[in-house]
Amino acid sequence: MPATFDLNDDSVVVIIGTGAGGGVLANELAQKGVKVVSLEAGGRYLPDDYINDEWESFGQLAWVDPRTTSGDWRVAKDFSGLPAWIVKAVGGTTIHWAGASLRFQEHEWKAKTTYGDVQGANLLDWPIDGAEMAPYYEKAETKLGVTRTGGRAGLPGNNNFKVFEKGAQALGYKEVHTGRMAINSGDYDDRMSCQQTGFCFQGCKWGAKWSAAYTDIPRGEATGNLEVRDRCHVARILHNEAGKVTGVEYFDKDGNLQMQKARIVCVAGNSFESPRLLLNSASSMFPDGLANSSGQVGRNYMRHMTGSVYGVFDKPVRMWRGTTMAGIIQDEARHDPSRGFVGGFEMETLSLGLPFMAAFLDPGGWGREFTTALDGYENMAGMWLVGEDMPQETNRVTLNHDVKDQYGLAVANVHFDDHPNDIAMRNYAYKKGMAIYEAVGATRVFPTPPYPSTHNLGTNRMSENGRDGVVNRHGQTHDIANLFVSDGSQFTTGASENPTLTIVALAIRQADFIAGEMSRGNL
Amino acid sequence: MGNNQGPKGLTRRELLSRATAAGATFMVGTGFVTSGSAAWAVEASALKPETLATLVQMARDIYPHDKVADEFYVIAVKGYDTAEAAPAIEAGIAALNAAAQGKGNASYLDTGWERDRVDILRGMEDSAFFQQIRGGLVTGLYNQKAVWPIFGYEGESYSQGGYIERGFDDINWL
Repeated sequence: MPATFDLNDDSVVVIIGTGAGGGVLANELAQKGVKVVSLEAGGRYLPDDYINDEWESFGQLAWVDPRTTSGDWRVAKDFSGLPAWIVKAVGGTTIHWAGASLRFQEHEWKAKTTYGDVQGANLLDWPIDGAEMAPYYEKAETKLGVTRTGGRAGLPGNNNFKVFEKGAQALGYKEVHTGRMAINSGDYDDRMSCQQTGFCFQGCKWGAKWSAAYTDIPRGEATGNLEVRDRCHVARILHNEAGKVTGVEYFDKDGNLQMQKARIVCVAGNSFESPRLLLNSASSMFPDGLANSSGQVGRNYMRHMTGSVYGVFDKPVRMWRGTTMAGIIQDEARHDPSRGFVGGFEMETLSLGLPFMAAFLDPGGWGREFTTALDGYENMAGMWLVGEDMPQETNRVTLNHDVKDQYGLAVANVHFDDHPNDIAMRNYAYKKGMAIYEAVGATRVFPTPPYPSTHNLGTNRMSENGRDGVVNRHGQTHDIANLFVSDGSQFTTGASENPTLTIVALAIRQADFIAGEMSRGNL
Repeated sequence: MGNNQGPKGLTRRELLSRATAAGATFMVGTGFVTSGSAAWAVEASALKPETLATLVQMARDIYPHDKVADEFYVIAVKGYDTAEAAPAIEAGIAALNAAAQGKGNASYLDTGWERDRVDILRGMEDSAFFQQIRGGLVTGLYNQKAVWPIFGYEGESYSQGGYIERGFDDINWL
């Protein structure tokens, strides 16, 4: 049964956030006998609670606390107050994610070495590589039940996949299948198989998709070593004169300020909230924020090169039926500078319901050019383009002191300018995506701009050398030994793959390190 | 899906009472506001009837779907018929009519061709009024469950067991 720890218990590990990073880390540590207090800003929602209605679900799950945006990215114009489509709930964005679970390619761990100097990009090699991560990827795939790994079968292809597959074959693509998905193709790990219901983004009501909300969190609680406090928003991380962190201040569900002591603090609030918290924790000893001697906290924000392509056909597709993202073309994921850009991209099936299609197909669009597109909704097929974007020092999360959240805390401003490499890749990817649908007879195709970001990466990046980044190869901050970063903000570079599997693998690995350091008496 | 007792075309004083279909109540960007779940009065109470009629025509001209009946556009804009919202709407529609008159028409509603009305709208598409109306329609129109079948969209399927035995892979023309 769930543990209860005293606010003055300074033997606990405090983890901030319960998503793919924090939620997995909490369970992994609890399984090893480590006492953990997890603080989650959102509430608890389980499959029975999920709503298969796009706007209602958005209202239930999305993080809509104020944020601001700047830069030339189109999201800042179309969705100025909503730079990200991520979740505020126990389990975090593992409720919303589509389930695509891909390992990095070997060269993507070494972007600087592989791509060389790219003007304007702040590239760096990860201090770890594929060989180091292979056993942790296997553990992550086993935990998530990833299809097409470990002998698990692939998912069946839905209508949207069949259109996509036929077009891909017409263009000569070879690596085309229904994906490596953390969505069960058969019963696995006490979770049932996919019922082809759609609404993967709104939380899987069958529990067929892996989410920390109903796997790692309750299993961690069952050990008696984990207490999850929901609706608790962390305001500040505290430290002593020796420069070690000692606990956190947070607003509880009643809005009262509390202080939880801690032996170790792990930050896993996503790539906006994690740097925001480190910056908002500035003190006289650390005037630029915690763990920020490098000045890299908040910098190198990456969101993946993204875009979508929709095609309209003369006959029905009904793309919304079935698993949202069970379809992938991987041929373009390679690094091949002859295409006019470094790095690569994946093409993955995607569908939106009519309400979100109206909001996202061409934000701001109106008139018959727009409405005739929606008139073809039933005959539409869709795909998402997701590729590696370039880290840039000036793409960053900063504190906006002019805008405060409901607790009076400065909100995150998210600044992003597309790098020329991102633009070249997007334009190339649009052409390929449109060609795929035209090869199947599309009568009209739409190169749709990026949505608010779901892959938010890099704002506390991992580096071998303390001057280049915020955390070391274990996610431990270079500056403060008992302060860790445990989410996607650790990413040194973004690679072309959906990031969740790597976040989970890093969290499993970090749990080994933290438990080991604790038992060795180093932490 | 209900509510077929609505007026054929907008007959001004005969607007029926009904609730909007929109669920959420937050603003997330450029005029991108959901209309909430508030019910409204039977008639154009705060707005002049002519204003509401013009607003409905404007809504159709922004998002014209010939298969979507007027009643759905009425539902989409009826939330503006409140004492709080009315002054800004009256001012916006007055500006719209002034623009129509500037092009030699008696009013926006008296402008016969859609292309001429769209020309008028293009001339004011950066205005806060236009963006408020357009942004509100994104949810006010397309989030009405009764509208979805017109586009073939089936909505949730969980209550029917998903599509695993109901055609998730039934495409037959490839």
